[in-house]
Amino acid sequence: MSGHVVPLRIYFGIFAALMLLTAATVWAAFQDFGILNTVVALGIAILKATLVILYFMHVRYSSGLVRISAVIGFVFLVLLIGYVAADVASRGWMPAPAPIQSAPLH
Amino acid sequence: MQTQKKPSYLSADHTIGSWLLTQDHKRIAIMYLVAVTLFFLIGSILALLIRLELLTPAGDLLQSESYNRVFTGHGVVMVFLFLIPGIPAVFGNFLVPIMIGARDMAFPKINLASFYVFLAGGVMILSAIVFGGLDTGWTFYTPYSSSYATGRVTIGALGAFTVGFSSIMTGLNFLVTIHKMRAPGLTWFRLPLFIWAHYATALIMVLGTPVVAIAIVMVALEHLFGFGFFDPTKGGDPVLFQHLFWFYSHPAVYIMILPAMGVISELIACFSRKRIFGYKLVAFSSLGIAIIGFLIWGHHMFVSGQSAYAGLVFSLITYIVAIPSAVKAFNWTATLYRSSVSWKTPMMYVIGFMGLFAIGGLTGLFCANLAVDVHIHDTYFIVAHFHYIMVGGTIMGYLGALHFWWPKMTGRMYSEAWARLSAIFVFFGFNLTFFPQFLLGYLGMPRRYHFYPEEFQFLNIMSTAGASLLGLGYLFPIFYLMWSLKKGEQAPANPWTAKGLEWETTSPPPTTNFDKTPVVTEEAYAYEK
Amino acid sequence: MSHSAKPGETYYAHQFEDAAQSHESITLGMWIFLITEVMFFGGLFAAYTIYRAQYSAAFDEGSHMLDITLGCFNTVVLILSSLTMALAVRCAQLGKMTGALFNMVLTLGLGTVFLGVKAVEYTAKFQHGLVPGPNFAPHGVHSFGLELYYSLYFALTGMHAVHMIIGAVILMVIIGLTAKGKINKTYNSPIEIFGLYWHFVDIVWIFLFPLLYLLGRH
Repeated sequence: MSGHVVPLRIYFGIFAALMLLTAATVWAAFQDFGILNTVVALGIAILKATLVILYFMHVRYSSGLVRISAVIGFVFLVLLIGYVAADVASRGWMPAPAPIQSAPLH
Repeated sequence: MQTQKKPSYLSADHTIGSWLLTQDHKRIAIMYLVAVTLFFLIGSILALLIRLELLTPAGDLLQSESYNRVFTGHGVVMVFLFLIPGIPAVFGNFLVPIMIGARDMAFPKINLASFYVFLAGGVMILSAIVFGGLDTGWTFYTPYSSSYATGRVTIGALGAFTVGFSSIMTGLNFLVTIHKMRAPGLTWFRLPLFIWAHYATALIMVLGTPVVAIAIVMVALEHLFGFGFFDPTKGGDPVLFQHLFWFYSHPAVYIMILPAMGVISELIACFSRKRIFGYKLVAFSSLGIAIIGFLIWGHHMFVSGQSAYAGLVFSLITYIVAIPSAVKAFNWTATLYRSSVSWKTPMMYVIGFMGLFAIGGLTGLFCANLAVDVHIHDTYFIVAHFHYIMVGGTIMGYLGALHFWWPKMTGRMYSEAWARLSAIFVFFGFNLTFFPQFLLGYLGMPRRYHFYPEEFQFLNIMSTAGASLLGLGYLFPIFYLMWSLKKGEQAPANPWTAKGLEWETTSPPPTTNFDKTPVVTEEAYAYEK
Repeated sequence: MSHSAKPGETYYAHQFEDAAQSHESITLGMWIFLITEVMFFGGLFAAYTIYRAQYSAAFDEGSHMLDITLGCFNTVVLILSSLTMALAVRCAQLGKMTGALFNMVLTLGLGTVFLGVKAVEYTAKFQHGLVPGPNFAPHGVHSFGLELYYSLYFALTGMHAVHMIIGAVILMVIIGLTAKGKINKTYNSPIEIFGLYWHFVDIVWIFLFPLLYLLGRH
């Protein structure tokens, strides 16, 4: 079958890295980085996911088309979450106008 | 070039099993044709009920509850069971492998499965309608659909979820087939524009449909278990549903129109005997519409409570999406310039498309304007706008495709006289139905209402008269096309002397499409050589 | 499903020109499917994002009520199962079908452990009245946000569990076919393609664990 065979040491190395990162994220949860808490947690998760994608899912050794697919998936995910969050975040920016005083109906 | 001894895909095997369990993309396309036509008839009957009710200002034919169910049924059936599958599932499935010189799709079994999943979803939707009806509007807005409507809404919504799965399977198949299975010599810029259009459509199917799927799942969870995602009484946000719904449903309208635009490109080139002006621009414009189409869904939500800043951004980018559509319209016009036009039936549908899509598209610009939309949202102006695109655009494209490729698919020619008559009925009937609705909307008649002020009656009567004419225009083809199957003259391999790989095989084609894999050496639409 | 090819060749279906085209097409097909799955979960992540911003105190409280030990254990189990699945694919690529079989059985076992732990967690939630709906127990200043938090918890982990169950069923079928020799040296793409799916399910959990169990712990 065609396809690059990844050496065993890489698989075990990546696994070790993933374990370390899991420990790191649990440790980081109990620290207070203030506003950076979410950034740290998400950052570690993204790093773990990237390792799984590149090595376990072979994207490191795959054709350009597969790589583009992975990137497009991520881009559209960010688009969906980002755009929706931007709407919710910006709702409070413009105060609602005062009610219009209109003439009473006959 | 073709041996007459080889049986066509239609005569290869006559057993029921050979059809129901077929993996041949052409047979699957024919099964989709039958299913989609049936659903179209059901949607049309519901439309007829709407127009009958709207003949008089009072709500006399139907009660309000029933009227809600009729227009919801019309929308759900037409959108999910006809317009979205429509051209891709019938003509895309039939033609994509042939146009690229392949034996079949990349995944024939997934293709067959997509058909049965489609049927299952259709049955769920129809049973929800038959057993009491959906009354939320095809847009299923929460919290009505999730917390206050009947359980049938959940079944109907899950039916839409199922149909969406079928759509994803089709899109996946198109993408892999077009990327990987083109014949030798068929580079990207030698592909027919029909293929480019279906490629862009498949991108939308694959990226957008899952989002409406999860929105429907969340509605179901809210209805069944009381999860509060969209329920304000539980801290949820109804506008979140609208975001997730329209993230798909706006690009979905491009799923509906892009394949029709692909059809138009093919037909114009053939019936004006000229290559498409600005081929690369037209190809890229399909991609442009698909991508920009994902950035503008909030224009359906200007009055929903989304932030004004979001509204501003959505409005601005919506104007921009008109540009690639205009590129196509100008390039088609330039193709026609100084060409030799032949007025066969497919060409009549093309010209109809160009005029009606222009009106639909231009009125879209009115709707895109945030300030204007505050007044015309949820009025008949919007209804007229989208019917100009979906009926004046997509259905014209569908009928044009049906008449153009009917000889290829069935091996029979139809009656040109009856076909032209139908096209004329459709064109005039359509305009009489929907043009008055622009006026009605502008004057303030809301959509989804079945009673209205007296002064709107004249325009409503015109609209219903037009609908009757339009209905006849849709019924005639069923008869003369069925008649042609038995009595129509045998079609030659290339009745229109068109360019394209599908015309270089027999009518109808053999099961493996070609005797041997074609090698492509010239560009698409090489008419002038 | 007997796929036999000439000796030394790889099987490919009739619509393809050669084995390379078949392999590339199938791989691309699975990747496109995974993109649809990313967008599917994306809707729930969008909901999580806006409700977390809106009800941050309640979300912190909600995440405190989850058992971090079980969550961490499950994370390790699932990542380990990704390793064994990757090793299974590697064995299949090298034609070592017994090794592939062994690793796939390990993967299935680890996946089952994961689901078992989830069942334990869910039972605890039912018992403590933390299922949203009419029987939701907590009442108080944070109950709104808390009920939304648990709606998202059950929707996200439930959807993830559904994907794992479907994956486990498919894996059982693949194990069966491999044991019978129907999946063999000349036809082993199902293992590689399934591996992609399994890794995706792992990646979803890699995000769910911090978002649900860890944020707000300090």
